[in-house]
Amino acid sequence: MEGAVQNGVDGIVAECGGNCQCATCHVYVEEKFLSLLKPMAEDEDAMLETTASPRKSNSRLSCQLHVTPAFDGLVVHTPPTQQ
Amino acid sequence: MGVVIIGGGQGGFQVAASLRAEGYQEPIALVGDEPNIPYQRPPLSKGFLVGKQEQRHAELRPAAFYEAQRITLVTARATAIDRQARRVTLDSGEHIEYDTLVLATGARNRVLPHDNVLYLRTLAEAAEIRQRLTAANDVVVIGGGFIGLEVAAAARTLGKQVTVIEGQPRLMARVVAPAVSEYFRGQHEAKGVDVLLNTQLTGITENEVLLGQRTRRPADLVIAGIGVEPNVELAREAGLPVGNGITVDKYLRTPDEQIFAIGDCAECPSLFAEACVRLESVQNAVDQAACVAKAIVGHRAPYGAVPWFWTDQYDIHLQMAGLPMGFDQVVTRGDPESRKFSVFYYRAGKLTAVDSINRPADHMLARKLIGAHATVSPDQAKDESFDLKTALS
Repeated sequence: MEGAVQNGVDGIVAECGGNCQCATCHVYVEEKFLSLLKPMAEDEDAMLETTASPRKSNSRLSCQLHVTPAFDGLVVHTPPTQQ
Repeated sequence: MGVVIIGGGQGGFQVAASLRAEGYQEPIALVGDEPNIPYQRPPLSKGFLVGKQEQRHAELRPAAFYEAQRITLVTARATAIDRQARRVTLDSGEHIEYDTLVLATGARNRVLPHDNVLYLRTLAEAAEIRQRLTAANDVVVIGGGFIGLEVAAAARTLGKQVTVIEGQPRLMARVVAPAVSEYFRGQHEAKGVDVLLNTQLTGITENEVLLGQRTRRPADLVIAGIGVEPNVELAREAGLPVGNGITVDKYLRTPDEQIFAIGDCAECPSLFAEACVRLESVQNAVDQAACVAKAIVGHRAPYGAVPWFWTDQYDIHLQMAGLPMGFDQVVTRGDPESRKFSVFYYRAGKLTAVDSINRPADHMLARKLIGAHATVSPDQAKDESFDLKTALS
């Protein structure tokens, strides 16, 4: 999420600043990368139920995805709306 | 000419960013009196103090954003508004002319009549507290509100001896129900914080605080979080009406058609309270900023966003939706023993606010329920087998 905001990706609102409190940094992760990501915590799971665009099996909140070298090449898609 | 925004906090920043997002093409000047580019304040009393978050992570956008978006950052304090000439005077002696002026002047900390005490609002203040915390042993926090309790939690997390002094009979008394106050007192005490309620501070020395007539407590670092005063002087001196904030209408406009006011400094009618309200929150600043940006580009609509707030203390996330003022009934959903529950506030039978503790899904639903003025009876609210979503349809 921070990477997106700091680099001007418009599709990420991140109203709460990355605290898993607002569900406005929703992304769809390309399936083949899903296994690279740390499993989601209960908070994120609950917040994903409340996103403005529909939750899918590859939905994550980008504030909870802490980028590591293993993410090299990761592709995510922003949803049609965040609010 | 163009838009001049006074105040480089979250609200001021958001007006500028939203104006460009709305396609506004004229010049934008963002006047702020801090040396930093606009940053978020919420982390300053949370992750920043314990070293989990650094300054650059708090910046709302990188410096290059302002250049790319043609937003001029002016580091200065505005000293006067000449409404006839549509001109703002800066402490540098320079002037900036405007077509539209947005006052996002924020608030400043209330201060105690004592020395040897620190306050937390700005990055510079947070950095000083963080530095002083490294050497401190006995930390005394004056004020059991959000800021005080977040600082207490951070200091305790760092292993300090922490005392919280609160004059009221309970914590966060202005904003939450007794059940929530009690829960937080219990959690802080379980972590080893000494919470002193109904306690008056009478003095501070270099190594002690004096409470009441006789009690002394060791204190090598004293931090006060005792509320804020809105920065309304500029508006008042320009002849604009001021109540408990700069008075604006439902479009966030002052009686001067060219001047809006938003965020912590502004008082406006609310769909969620009986009276005009002045709210101190990120949500309020951001949503009011977006509303004003739309109005400036010609899409005027009344401000009507559901208020919400949050505080993090240890691993407890308290999220609040709506405005509980004047509540006459509360019910609890979930078991506080499970560390996950929500408190529903009612006024004359109407759901007005929900506080959620480690129940983020309840919070998000509560924002929708309150926004829709949906009906959820107290019996439904406390019945966990009742699906709150059904109240929305």
